[in-house]
This record gives sequence, C-alpha cells and structure tokens, in this order.
Amino acid sequence: MTSGAASLEGTGSFVRRRPPVAVRRKRLLIAIANHSLLIATALIFLLPFVFIVLTSLMTSHQALSPKLWPDPFAWHNYVDVFTKAPLWRYALNTLIYGGLATLGLLVSSIPVAYALARLRWRGSHVAFLITLVAMMLPPQVTIVPVYVLFAKLHLVGSLWPLILPNWFGDAFSIFLLRQFFLTIPEEYLDAARVDGCGEFRILTTVVLRMAKPAIAAVALFSFLFCFNDFFGPLLYTGESSQHWTLSLGLAQFRSLYQVQWNLVMAATVIVMTPVIVLFFLAQRAFVEGVTLTGVKG
Amino acid sequence: MSPWIVGFTVFFGYPLVTTAYLSFTHYDLLSSPHWVGLANYRYLFTTDQTVWPAVRNTLWFIAIAVPLQVFFALGISIMLSRARRGVGVFRTIFYLPALAPPVAATLGFVYLLNPATGPVNTILGKLGIEGPLWFDSPQWAKPSLTLLALWGIGNTMIIFLAAVLDVPRHLYESAELDGAGYFSRLWYVTLPTISPVILFAVVIGVIEGLQYFTQAYVAASVAGGSASYSAESANSLGYPEDSTLFYPVLLYQQGFRYFNMGYASAMAMLLLAVAFGLTFLIVRNSRRFVHYQAPGR
Repeated sequence: MTSGAASLEGTGSFVRRRPPVAVRRKRLLIAIANHSLLIATALIFLLPFVFIVLTSLMTSHQALSPKLWPDPFAWHNYVDVFTKAPLWRYALNTLIYGGLATLGLLVSSIPVAYALARLRWRGSHVAFLITLVAMMLPPQVTIVPVYVLFAKLHLVGSLWPLILPNWFGDAFSIFLLRQFFLTIPEEYLDAARVDGCGEFRILTTVVLRMAKPAIAAVALFSFLFCFNDFFGPLLYTGESSQHWTLSLGLAQFRSLYQVQWNLVMAATVIVMTPVIVLFFLAQRAFVEGVTLTGVKG
Repeated sequence: MSPWIVGFTVFFGYPLVTTAYLSFTHYDLLSSPHWVGLANYRYLFTTDQTVWPAVRNTLWFIAIAVPLQVFFALGISIMLSRARRGVGVFRTIFYLPALAPPVAATLGFVYLLNPATGPVNTILGKLGIEGPLWFDSPQWAKPSLTLLALWGIGNTMIIFLAAVLDVPRHLYESAELDGAGYFSRLWYVTLPTISPVILFAVVIGVIEGLQYFTQAYVAASVAGGSASYSAESANSLGYPEDSTLFYPVLLYQQGFRYFNMGYASAMAMLLLAVAFGLTFLIVRNSRRFVHYQAPGR
C-alpha cells in the first residue's frame, strides 16, 4: 500500500530529459492553477471548523448577533458546558460502549475471518456470500425483531443491546480481515503446520502478528462507529438519560439550551476533539484502513 | 466458527425471518402479534400519505447527493494526485470533516446555515446576496444536507487518491506519445483504470443513502426546535414540511415512536427489496462502463 506522499516522492527521484521551454511553462501554469484550486477548496473545507470554534468562544448574546469574531473571548463557555450537561457521564458511557463492543468484535471476528480466508470447509463459500449480503443490508431491515428481543430480555434502557451483537461477529470487519488474511503467504502457515502448530496456535502466533495493521484499522473503525453511532443509542437508551452516549447527549443538548449557540458549539467542539486527536495519533492506521476497504473491495 | 453461527442466527437470520412474519401482523410490543394478512402492505402502498414523500426524499438524496459526492471526491483526489507540495497537509484537511461525528457536524451546519444570524448568510449578506432559509425551508433543507454530505467525503477521497496514484505510469506515457492532452488522458486512461473503485464508491453511496438517518433526524429536531420552541424534538421529524422525512426516519417513527411494529416490518421488507434491487441493477449495468484489469498485473 503506497501512501500518496511516498509514491510522489518516488516519481521525482529519477532523472528525466528536460522538456522544451513551452512545455515547461505550460506545466508550470497547470501546476499553479491546480494548487490555487486546491488551496481554495481546502479553505472552504476548513471554514466550518473555524466558525464552530469561534462561536464556541462568544458570549451567548454575541452568538446571536451577525458578528463573526468573538469579542471578548468567553473561555468560560468550556467550563459552563460541563455544568449544563453531564458530559463526563456521556463520555464514560461512550467509552464503555466503544471499548466492550470493539473488544467483542475483535475476539469474535478474527477467528471467523481466518476460517473464511484460509481453511477449506464445506459451505465456506456460502458463508462468505452470506457475510457479503449481511454487510450490504440496511440495519433497519432487521431492527424490529432485534429490538423486540432485547425488550423481552428487559435490556432496553441499558448499553447492553449496543454491545452484545458485536460479540457475535460483525460482517464488515470479517470481510475486511478476510481480505487481509488472504494476502499472507500460505508458506508461512505451512511452515508453522510442519512444525506441528494447530490452526488455533497459527492464528494466535503467526497470523495475528502479520495482520497487526489490519486489526488496528478494524479496531479503530469499530470504536469510531460506536463513538459516532446515533441510531443505536437513540433506540435503546433514548428514554434513560443516565445511559446516553456523547453523540446522543449532544443532540439532546440543543433542545435543552435553545438559543445558547455558544454553549452548543462548545459542546460540539468537545465531542469532535477526541476523534481528531485519535486521528493524529493513529494517522497511518486510518489511511491504510480506509484504503484497504476500497482497493481490495 | 460457532459464535459466528450463533450470532448470525440470533442477529441476522432469525430477525430477517421474523421481520417477514411480523410484516403480516399487527404488533405493538405489548400484546402478541395479530395476523392481518396483507393489510400493512395495502396501507403502505395505497393509503399512507407520508410514505411517498419519504420515498421521494430518499430517492432524491440517492440521485443527487450521492453522484455529487462521488464527483467531488474524484475531483479533489485528481487535483491532489497532481499536487507537488503539501500533499500530506491537503489530504489531512480534506479528510478531517469525515472524522467529525455526524451529530456534531450536523449541529455545526445548522448553526453555520442559520438563516438570521449564521455566518454563511451573514457573509452572503455582506456580498449583497440574500441567503436562503436553508434548514428552515422545504426547498433548501435537502440541499443543505447535501452540502453537509459533500463536506464529509474524506473516506471516498482517500480511496480514489490511492486508486489514481496506482494507475500504471506507462499507460500515461503511451497516451502522451499518441498525442493525448491532459483531459483526454484523464478521460481515456485515469477514469477507465479506476472505474472499479468508482463503482465501489457508488454502490456504498447508494447503500448509505438508503440508510440516511442521523443527519436528517438531528437537523430536523434542531432546526425545528429552534423555530417552534417545542421541547419534544420527536414531533419535528421531517421538519420543515416533511422535506427531511427520509424513509428510515419514517420507519423509526412508525416502529419506535408509535410502536406500529408490524407496519414498520412491512416498511423494512420494502427497504430490503429496494436495496437488493438497486444494488443488483447498478452492478449489472456497470459491466458496460467498468473496466477490469487482467488479474495478476
């Protein structure tokens, strides 16, 4: 997997015959046009972030005026937000949901993906097709009976209906991991088999080590999905606010504080920040993971 | 394999069959399902006045927002692939909005596009343009959601960028020898080579379009709440005038607000049929446009 920057450096490194002046001038003009367009588009992409942050620093009166620059800077908004809504409670719920769901998803999906990628068994082809179908299906199609099931188990109003399904495998993660496991050369596995490894030990020693980037990407996606999930928490915890996650709490925040856009935007910034920090910490896993979904698909 | 089979049965196979069964019943979760034959479907197709607006809204989104997203992501990735400096920085800027949690991004956009005091209309006003009512106008609510969707094309962009950079150089060089200019190289070399990735993005876009829920729900409840000052955000689903009442939103309303579980199941079955139908149509008709490279390049 070559990332954008790396392969561009690669093309610049070998020496070429210098093209004639007219061609060079034209290329320079195209490069300038291309860069100006890129910079303009990039600024437009950044502006929403800028306005959201600026508004989060305004006084509530000023946020309702057409002024764009905070005057004075109301840093205390970020303190006030925590007193207006139990953000720590929401964050804790989000961590419980994301952590337990991701753990379960990895434990259950990795063996299935390995079985689909590397073992020949009756029906493995059918099982893979079913995985694909499950991945394509809108979740709304099966949501009614699943909700009824959790309602009968008296789990509606807790985080369990969000966590439990992940402990039984997730189609998208199985698909992604299978695609990656297929790229591991069979020789490694055969060598381990010759040494007397059982399939389970091969999985835990050889495959897991070689598939670290893919597993990291799957874990990251799973956690992000939980962090961003709105439909699930709304459905199962909508009525019990002590189990709200950050996404759900943020959506409700607005209806509690109608016109205080400054506080709403401060809460928005607080919810966005962890994801963006996570991105900068794990940028490589992100980009490789996203690329893996597309190119191998 | 066994946890997967159990999970599969409990969270996929069983619900699918049960959804089909429930769609022929009247069920409100409190009393046991009561067989009503085709009554739900008859109501769905002939009587219910809100179904067709919801279907139209969802199809609007798939027909307009999804192609725009693909087109934008492609344009940005092609510009990025030609950039000589700062590729990493640009790539991060275009990717960041995709990371913003959907609820947070939607709140941000409802504020940015606030008709009276939002920064966008303020700036438009300074330029002498009277901005539209955006999320408060039945005509502009879906275009506003489209803008939000275009802001978050980061994932697609990264996939396209990897594909564009993967196009073999010798193809460009031979096209150049044949006298192809910049645009004909783009049209005859780049696009055909990456067409499988474009197809993938379109299929994913359509599937996500069919599930479009969070942004519509949050935008309607936030913008609707700010106009009418109603405390109960659920009453504002589809605000304004059902223009953001997408099919999954209606399904949620029927199933989990009114607890018409049987009727919601019938809606889910229709969604299932449409999801499969659309995916099948796209993949089948794509053979004419999509160019697959010989395996083992």
